[in-house]
Amino acid sequence: MPDPVSLPILGLPGYFHLWALTLVSFFVFGNRVVRHVRVLAQARPENRWDHLGQRIGLVVKNVLGQRRMLDEPLIGAAHLIIFWAFVAYASTFFWNLLRGLIPALAIPYPDDVRWVAFVVQALGVLGVIALAVAAVRRYMFTPTSLERSRDATLILILIAVVLVSALAGAGFKAMATGGEHSWQPVGKFVAAIFVGVGVPRWLAPALFLWAWWIHMITVLGFLAYLPYSKHLHLLASPFGVFFASLEPNKMPAPSEGASRLQDFTWRELFSGFACAECGRCDRTCPSFSSGEPLSPKQLIHHVKELVLAGVENPAGGNGKKFLGDVVRPEDVWACTTCGSCMERCPVFNEHIPLLIEMRRKLVSEGDVQTRLQEAFTNLSRYGNSFGQSERKRAAWTQSLDFKLKDARKEPVQWLWYVGEYACYHPSLLEITRSLARTLRTAGVDYGILYEAERNSGNDVRRVGEEGLFELLRQKNVATLEKAQFKNLFTTDPHVYNTLKNEYPNLNHGQHVVSHYTELLAWLLADGQLQVKHKLPYRVTYHDPCYLGRYNGVYDPPRAVLKALGVDLNEMPRSHGQSFCCGAGGGRIWMEEIGGAKTRPSEIRVREAASLDGVQYLVVACPKDYVMFQDALKTTGLEGKLFIKDIAELAEEAIAA
Amino acid sequence: MAQEIWVLAEQWKGQISDITYELLALGDELATALGVNLQAVLLGKQVKQLAQSLGKASSVLCMEHDALEAPVPEVFAQALAPVVRARNPQLVLIPLTNVTLELGSLLAAKLDAPYVNSCKNARLVDGKLRTRSVVYGGKLEVLVNPPQPLAILGILPGARPAEQGRGEKAPAVEEVRVDSLEIPAIRLHGYIEPEAGDIDISKQDVLVSVGRGLQNKDNLALAEELAAALGGAVCGSRPVIDQGWLPLSRQVGKSGVVVKPKLYLAAGISGAPEHVEGMKNSDLIFAINTDPQAPIFNVAHYGATADVMDLLPALTEAARNRKEAKSHA
Amino acid sequence: MKIVVLLKMVPDVVEELEIGADGKSLNTEYLRMITNEPDNHALEEALLLKEKHSGTVTVVALDAPEVDDALFTALAKGADQAFKITDGDGMLGTCAGAYRLVQTLFTIPGLLPADLILTGAQAIDDLDGLTAPLISHMLRLPELGIVTRVDVNTANATAKVVREFPGGVRGEYEVKLPAVLGIQAAEKPPRYVPVAKVRAAMKSQVIQSVPAPQGDGGFRSSPVVEMTKPKVAGHAQMLEGPAEKIADQFCEILATHGLL
Repeated sequence: MPDPVSLPILGLPGYFHLWALTLVSFFVFGNRVVRHVRVLAQARPENRWDHLGQRIGLVVKNVLGQRRMLDEPLIGAAHLIIFWAFVAYASTFFWNLLRGLIPALAIPYPDDVRWVAFVVQALGVLGVIALAVAAVRRYMFTPTSLERSRDATLILILIAVVLVSALAGAGFKAMATGGEHSWQPVGKFVAAIFVGVGVPRWLAPALFLWAWWIHMITVLGFLAYLPYSKHLHLLASPFGVFFASLEPNKMPAPSEGASRLQDFTWRELFSGFACAECGRCDRTCPSFSSGEPLSPKQLIHHVKELVLAGVENPAGGNGKKFLGDVVRPEDVWACTTCGSCMERCPVFNEHIPLLIEMRRKLVSEGDVQTRLQEAFTNLSRYGNSFGQSERKRAAWTQSLDFKLKDARKEPVQWLWYVGEYACYHPSLLEITRSLARTLRTAGVDYGILYEAERNSGNDVRRVGEEGLFELLRQKNVATLEKAQFKNLFTTDPHVYNTLKNEYPNLNHGQHVVSHYTELLAWLLADGQLQVKHKLPYRVTYHDPCYLGRYNGVYDPPRAVLKALGVDLNEMPRSHGQSFCCGAGGGRIWMEEIGGAKTRPSEIRVREAASLDGVQYLVVACPKDYVMFQDALKTTGLEGKLFIKDIAELAEEAIAA
Repeated sequence: MAQEIWVLAEQWKGQISDITYELLALGDELATALGVNLQAVLLGKQVKQLAQSLGKASSVLCMEHDALEAPVPEVFAQALAPVVRARNPQLVLIPLTNVTLELGSLLAAKLDAPYVNSCKNARLVDGKLRTRSVVYGGKLEVLVNPPQPLAILGILPGARPAEQGRGEKAPAVEEVRVDSLEIPAIRLHGYIEPEAGDIDISKQDVLVSVGRGLQNKDNLALAEELAAALGGAVCGSRPVIDQGWLPLSRQVGKSGVVVKPKLYLAAGISGAPEHVEGMKNSDLIFAINTDPQAPIFNVAHYGATADVMDLLPALTEAARNRKEAKSHA
Repeated sequence: MKIVVLLKMVPDVVEELEIGADGKSLNTEYLRMITNEPDNHALEEALLLKEKHSGTVTVVALDAPEVDDALFTALAKGADQAFKITDGDGMLGTCAGAYRLVQTLFTIPGLLPADLILTGAQAIDDLDGLTAPLISHMLRLPELGIVTRVDVNTANATAKVVREFPGGVRGEYEVKLPAVLGIQAAEKPPRYVPVAKVRAAMKSQVIQSVPAPQGDGGFRSSPVVEMTKPKVAGHAQMLEGPAEKIADQFCEILATHGLL
């Protein structure tokens, strides 16, 4: 077989041309990549080099293992194959290139090495099949938020050409060399097809050369094109995974907020490059699913364009403000911070930190809608968003026939941080009382902070008012330090999240924060609470975002429900896939977004109602209760589906 | 000469406003109890013919001047002060509306006399004048003894029924010359009317009024459906107009329209005094508010502590069913 | 442009207001004070004018609980200077308060004459007078209240001012400056200033304390006889039950009134 690079082409030996093409390709590629890096260097620094072991682990699981892609099994498998085919072909490309550039190097071409050729050909065939699957999905069964862009089409064609040219080349080689390479089944198979369609054997060596050069030129071209296309993600996403946030639910470090490129950190901007525009974030976003203006994918795309604008035009901007013109404030406010986008994203993009940085900027400029302003003012003044006197915080206890201990004045075993919704919202008071009675029945020694309890600040932070959060946290920490308690539990998952993760060490270094469902689960397991009669209901359970996805508490509420005897049917989206009710991220303090088709809470109650025979949608968060009750009315499901809090069911089951 | 009780007549857009008659009724009571004359005072340009309707008073002081044509409180105070000094009444009642808000305070300052604001009532207790004022947004009331010889009171609308202040006889009208007024530093340019082409809510028999308790502009549709079912129109309290849910012409209250429909349904309205001023004389008032302590329930005839999102559709349906049943009967 | 804004703290009616032991005044034990809402609008209008015409905004207030917060917030929003009148006695009536404010204005160097003095058109504790007209009387300046819009023409020292009348009607006036305006509502809702900025103002800026002047201006105030909870003439008859039941009762009532 002739050596593809020794043969003369246009008067010069092949390797001359190869050198020329390689230098051009590498230069174009390198130059563009360097410019990207330079723009990122203008952004705020952030250290993502810590915990190298953990980071490598992430790369192994998510880049090599493509774990998150497999949540959509068919395309996940296809992508895994394409990925490994790509790895294989990239490796053999560089091998081919090395050998081709330096003919004097005494190494064989990769397809002359048995096991390499076998692996590469097998992956080639699988890759072609996977490409076909991907193409059919993209063009015939297009999922939401997946674009049939020219870029995508071009890339699919390029990859196809790369694979097909290699397989064809193997076929031609087999034809030319006869039965030598019997361990190349694919090569032999393809050769047989060529023979079958009448390709003359004497042409095979020439055709092999053509195939080799087409293959190399395509890849070199692809390499040069890569940093100009959406497939920059091929290069960027492994880095994205490596530099992922090891604490994805953590707030970005305190900042003034961001409205221009330089205000964001380099990692926040990097999300734009790592994004492959797969649309998983959109498909799982409660805001987007309701027809609201926020599209997490579009947001990342805007970030990419922001950086590219810096790459293409380093001198000046185009006068458009990023936050304001490109990304509109209503998009920024629409997010519920449910965390679904970041949980699904296969390249670990950071949508929520981007939004929070922008919210911080809007807040610092006072660009805040009236209702939200009122919430801030009320929180700052009265410690609750309802604008009710702080003296009425414990008014809900008045109709109980026993007095709750005051944890400010006497030591208690369990401090119950009730949370503002459970204290002030008229629809919820009876549920709060229900829990109070149940705990008393169980003989739990608990107390509350009465008027000293203020909003914990979780949602205040997510809305970008860091200063107010710090004010609240300061006051709460002072109160908690003076109170005497061993353990702390709360009714509200939002309170749970911030007390657990964002408050300094509570209860004297122990810092154990529990949700009331965890407490109930223990009491039931221990026997302190006895189920007097099992509840014969068919129910489904909604995992609250801040309890489940944010903090991994999935089992205790289910353990409680099991102990109560109900027949639990899971919704299609449960556990980490739970679909947000729409109240988080401060949205419950904001105006509804006009023009949306529906509301996240309506989507969720319909999902619950779609389960056969389910009477109750069980919740463990006060905001879920309020949102779903409203949604029952607006969807006309009132009377067909009912909302119950776990506390209510527990009280019913333990009643004699 | 026994010191008189004076009532400042308010004229707005060429008409004597109702509050003037309310004050005349109150003034008449006090004057009768003290055995003194009741004097009305009318300021403006070419307003003499309006004086005829102020017959509850024994006489009317009519002060006409070009500069008094436009409602500029400090010009009025400037014109009034010397006349009050010269004539020496013991009490001057001034209506408290958007036309005259600052006038009482200005006049009292010029005359070095005490002023009592926000009076909802005034009467004699043991021969001495005692007033009842509304303070802290209506949460509390204060009883005050204004010292004599001269006191100036700012009286809120609704102190007495206007009918009681209309007199049959024509009063004696005295024209008082207005001494030259300084060239005012404040000049009225013109009026800005609310957008035309909309309905006049003061002429509606049925009004469905919405407040912040409606939560959302989208819920306005619920109110509109109910209004349609009852053959009425939608209006609102100041906050919903400020938020742009309804135009200015639909605002009920102190700065809006005063309405007296046969049915006033207040949905999600708390009942702040400025709003109540605009609707409290409605024939039938029905209030919906989730807060049982909402002040609106003090002025409503019937009420329900329900969620407007639940109750409005229910009311609409019940009303429609009734109408259908009637039309089939 | 030189603008002065007068702020006052009034009882916060979110709390239950209790009557004190003497039966004539407020029980101050759980009383909280809040900025008079129209004064917030006056500040906002002043800041908007400063943005348009450049100049200074000076805020002056009588000492009262929580006034520091209000003044630092004003500074964080963009006011240039803040003054607090101290050593006064308890809760003053509007007349005495206005007198103190005016006397203090004279003592602050370089403050008067100002182009505009803005304050809220009214307040919930105005029993013996309204601040704007009292200030204007003492300073011998023109005054207009219930203002919802101010457009200043610095060239000829006048302002186009809009005042609210009944029935949604508004009046457009031309006012010669300097003048006192009682603001009912600013052109835009009062801006939000984040807590971080207020706290920064607390660290980097100063509220200047000015001692209260002697005397009370000779205003005659009326002795308070009693402070009471309002006697409610009546209360609505409450309809109970589920929505459908209430709706039926409602229709019955309408029918008896001939409305249905």
